[in-house]
Amino acid sequence: MNAQVPDKIPFFRDPSKLSVFYQIMTLLGVVLLSYYLVSNTLANLERQSISTGFDFLGKEAAFEIGESLIDYSAADSYGRALIVGFLNTLIVSFIGITLTVLLGTVIGIARLSSNWLVAKLSAIYIEVFQDIPVLLQLFFWYAFFYEILPTPRQALAPLPGVFLCNRGLIFGVPHFHLAYIYAAIAFGAGIICVIFITRWSHKRQDESGKIFPLIRVSAVILVGAPLLAWLLGGAPAEMNVPALKGFNFKGGVTISPEFTALLLGLVLYTAAFVAEVVRAGIQSVSKGQREAAMSIGLKPAHVLNLVILPQALRVIVPPLTSQMLNLTKNSSLAVAIGYPDFVSVAGTTINQTGQAIEGVALIMIVYLIFSLSTSAYMNWYNKRIALVER
Amino acid sequence: MEKTLPTQPAELVKPPATDIGILGWLKANLFNGWFNSLLTVIVIYLIYLAAPSFIQWAFLDSSWAANSEQCKMAGAGACWSVITANIRFILFGFYPHDLQWRPLLAVVILVLLLVYSRNRSHWRKSLFYGWLVGLFVMGLLLKGGLFGLEPVESNNWGGLPLTLLLSVFGLTAAYPVGILLALGRQSKMAVIKSFCVVYIELIRGVPLISLLFMSSVVFPLFLPEGMVINKILRAQVAIILFTAAYIAEVVRGGLQGLDRGQYEAAEALGLNYFQTMRLIILPQALKIVIPPSVSILISAFKDTSLVVIIALYDLLKTTQTTLTDPKWMGYSAEAYIFVAMIYFVCCFFMSNYSRKLERELDTSR
Repeated sequence: MNAQVPDKIPFFRDPSKLSVFYQIMTLLGVVLLSYYLVSNTLANLERQSISTGFDFLGKEAAFEIGESLIDYSAADSYGRALIVGFLNTLIVSFIGITLTVLLGTVIGIARLSSNWLVAKLSAIYIEVFQDIPVLLQLFFWYAFFYEILPTPRQALAPLPGVFLCNRGLIFGVPHFHLAYIYAAIAFGAGIICVIFITRWSHKRQDESGKIFPLIRVSAVILVGAPLLAWLLGGAPAEMNVPALKGFNFKGGVTISPEFTALLLGLVLYTAAFVAEVVRAGIQSVSKGQREAAMSIGLKPAHVLNLVILPQALRVIVPPLTSQMLNLTKNSSLAVAIGYPDFVSVAGTTINQTGQAIEGVALIMIVYLIFSLSTSAYMNWYNKRIALVER
Repeated sequence: MEKTLPTQPAELVKPPATDIGILGWLKANLFNGWFNSLLTVIVIYLIYLAAPSFIQWAFLDSSWAANSEQCKMAGAGACWSVITANIRFILFGFYPHDLQWRPLLAVVILVLLLVYSRNRSHWRKSLFYGWLVGLFVMGLLLKGGLFGLEPVESNNWGGLPLTLLLSVFGLTAAYPVGILLALGRQSKMAVIKSFCVVYIELIRGVPLISLLFMSSVVFPLFLPEGMVINKILRAQVAIILFTAAYIAEVVRGGLQGLDRGQYEAAEALGLNYFQTMRLIILPQALKIVIPPSVSILISAFKDTSLVVIIALYDLLKTTQTTLTDPKWMGYSAEAYIFVAMIYFVCCFFMSNYSRKLERELDTSR
């Protein structure tokens, strides 16, 4: 009478058992594949008598590096050479990101300008610079320095004290003086001050609704404190101005053609993407928001600060960070134009020592640290600004 | 007493002459307010500074078919002859000279297929097979060895066909891998999910150049003794592995964009996982992600230029090689502008197409 109900589902029909089976198979597959690759690699390394491990980092590098933020000579170790490369990557990324965000924001806003000429020119800029590979742009700027710009004797002087020639970008800097260190310390203290004032003013605004003129006060602190420190330090004004001596400039600061070309290429390329991000962010705030803010009687500056920007930033910041990360990753193309960034130094190290696996692993680890810390920051930021749904 | 309206029509008042026509347009778009007027004046002045000298250099003083000595004599203008004299090397690299009709034909087939596929009403199963046949024919034309075509070593492939090959084959092969990775990332099986997450995040976290380095210096170490895989194929594998991670993220977006009801309905019908994915989920998810996939194709196309760094002769490398010839040294600007224009035209059409698709597929409005 009763239909025969099988008391057991066969294992190949049971999803939970199948899932365990699939997972074990995958794990087994990955383990076997890695075992195969590792054993091949070890055999190959032994045959070519390459030792594994990171001992090579302590050996003498025996190659020069054109640009370095810290003391370095060919007698130093590979480890130190790699640190030099790492710092070079950091500095080019940091300056690049700052300039990119500035330029990208300006172009993004210009793209939405009511001025027809400005809007069209920005649109053309965005389209052209997005559609040309960044490596080609780097080559172009590199050639621009070495082929198109004149020799130091006929150097272009776009601004007084600033020279542009095939030896790079040369400009005057103040002579070293203790007052500048005081000013830097004052600037740092100013930043900390501003952070506290921001917190306090937000808190007060949330509680009482009173608005504190934050931007103006911060600007005064950030400009005023270093200025005051500089004045108290004796207000030194002597400049170290570059002057033509023989075939090259003496004095001032010289920024190499490689660095300038890399920076130009990266900034112009990434700014086109940042401009699109900024434009999309501004357009994402609906018109009704602005109208509503105006109708409750907010001043134009408050409309922007309290209503438009907080909403636009929520859209802008995530893709903006990923563009910053892109710029950092693209800075590895420095190797193609001879700027000694981390990848370039690691490449030389690989060529000289044959430690290919360790070298490539180092490159990957360094960039992974950059991107993982960026995405950690992104998650924190997203959580902070996420809409609290009620 | 009722007032009557005046019978004669009121006098028609025309808008002021400064608000209509060209003047009105200028006023509304270029000179509305002092700030915009100032901007307009500055921009026009900058154009006035830059444009005439550029036109002078690029067109009026330029030479188009001179040899290098004549170019050096002519002096100031652009020497486009660096392109015209070396066009075959720039476009086809070291491919045997009298066989260059083959890569040319391959590129033409590719362009025709792309143009035909633009129209969405042509998207049928037969087009898919058409693509498979087309890709096969392109590979055959490049490689030779069958049907009486003389075989050509892949070391001699170069120029534009190589650039297109790396990007189109790269995307085609990366797509299935990317879909699998995306499904793996969404999977409930912890082991598979964690492998996929680690892979995707790892690849997206490192620059393409580190993968290319890996393909050129580390990958040979992975292989058993005596086994050699050629350089182009290794670079192609690196590009596929790289692109797949990005596709996986795009496809994941599509999967997450679907309504939960779709999954539940499929389950209620008694479909198993593979049937659900193949019949219900993927057809819808993949449709959503067509426009972002075109963006990935664009970046893959631009990124193939990175193979320059591991010394493959793609379009950019052949150009550079031309420029190292003492006869043509010093004309980088002309050569790079030419190559930039090729890249620009290709990317411009693709991104326009992606925007058009986005409008067509957007059924929400």
